[in-house]
Amino acid sequence: MALVDIKNVTKSYGSIEVLKGVSLSIDEGEIVTIIGKSGSGKSTLLRCINALERIDGGEITVEGQPVRTDMPNLRGFRQRVGIVFQAFNLFPHMTVERNITLAPILNKRIAKAEGRALALDVLARVGLADKIDAYPAQLSGGQQQRVAIARCLAMGPQLMLFDEVTSALDPELVGEVLKVMEDMARQGMTMVLVTHEMGFARNVASKIVFMHQGRVWEEGPPADLFANPRTPELRSFIASAR
Amino acid sequence: MRSFSLADFLSLLSALQWTGVLVLIALAFGAPLALGLALMRTSARRALRWTATAFLQLVQGVPLLGLLMFFYFGMPVFLGVEMPPLVAVGIAMTVYTASFLGEIWRGGIEAVKHEQWEAAACLGLSTWHQFRYVIAPQAFRMALPPTVGFLVQLIKGTSLASIVGFVELARAGQLVSAATFQPLLVYSIVAAIYFAACLPLTLWARSLEARLNGAR
Repeated sequence: MALVDIKNVTKSYGSIEVLKGVSLSIDEGEIVTIIGKSGSGKSTLLRCINALERIDGGEITVEGQPVRTDMPNLRGFRQRVGIVFQAFNLFPHMTVERNITLAPILNKRIAKAEGRALALDVLARVGLADKIDAYPAQLSGGQQQRVAIARCLAMGPQLMLFDEVTSALDPELVGEVLKVMEDMARQGMTMVLVTHEMGFARNVASKIVFMHQGRVWEEGPPADLFANPRTPELRSFIASAR
Repeated sequence: MRSFSLADFLSLLSALQWTGVLVLIALAFGAPLALGLALMRTSARRALRWTATAFLQLVQGVPLLGLLMFFYFGMPVFLGVEMPPLVAVGIAMTVYTASFLGEIWRGGIEAVKHEQWEAAACLGLSTWHQFRYVIAPQAFRMALPPTVGFLVQLIKGTSLASIVGFVELARAGQLVSAATFQPLLVYSIVAAIYFAACLPLTLWARSLEARLNGAR
């Protein structure tokens, strides 16, 4: 059974239909990259997987459990499905350690010392153990985004969603974040990314999903999709994306 | 008739204590109510928002003097409840404080970016924990300067309690003035005492504003 199963999902904002019957399945350990023009519905789809957006039709299941904004144990679900945002969304009034340990301390009632050890562990995985006592404002954008990833990892998620996580970064900082994500991919984390980083999509993803006008236009392994786009839309998208 | 003496000055100063008592009562009871109103006003539930809004419209549309009159003179007439001045004034100041602080704090809560709620929710925090640990501290920082500013309004507002015969600084000024026939001198001193009590707060509010703006 697939880890994530998306069937015929529709979603509208007012009179604008952003998802027009999207179906997609994601297996454990897969790295799925969703590409497409802005307005194609890719971020919305990602947010629906985490129950941040209510879907109007169809169904999304994660581990067989239907995902809904009013699902039972939504909080437990959110701890298993982490999300990293374009704008980092760190808590500016807390140190890096507190950003990371807040949820485990409140939700899992771990002790403070245990929290610090956990923070050091996940920070080591993003290469920022020395920043544990810093405040977000003292970090570069790339470092902040790596802390956001570490904060997510601290929940021990089974699936991680990345919503254009490098789009707000200066070009020279993109690499350090992508490297962290590559490491996670190598360690077997199931990941779904919305991204404009075609290099990452080509080299790391196990599956590419090209969305266009609220639909999954094409999907397949990157080598296939990039070498032999079947639709003119994908062909022109690839051509325009450097 | 006697002339203004040191004893009169000391009696004014001791009346300042009662001004302080009124401020403390207003804050002790008004602040928790204000927090409740701010939460109701930012709630997702329409009924809560409307209830709080109706209350705020009502209270903010009436001058503080009107509130004092209502609780002191009106309550015995409407409800048959006789209230000592301290209680009537205390309730009026509490209601007044709750409505204005409530709106200031609502502004603070709404000034925190929506994404902060979202990020906290995505970590599996309960709605209360989202507010308590993520939103409230940031909202508090932003609302602190206007909160201190309101405190100045509150201190000056207590002078209206003199209307119902409650002896705080302004009322004490009336009494001393009547006894000495030196209203200009007495009221100038009363004004100076109010000014001295408010100035540190005003300066504090200004420095907070400068500091918090710089930190952002």
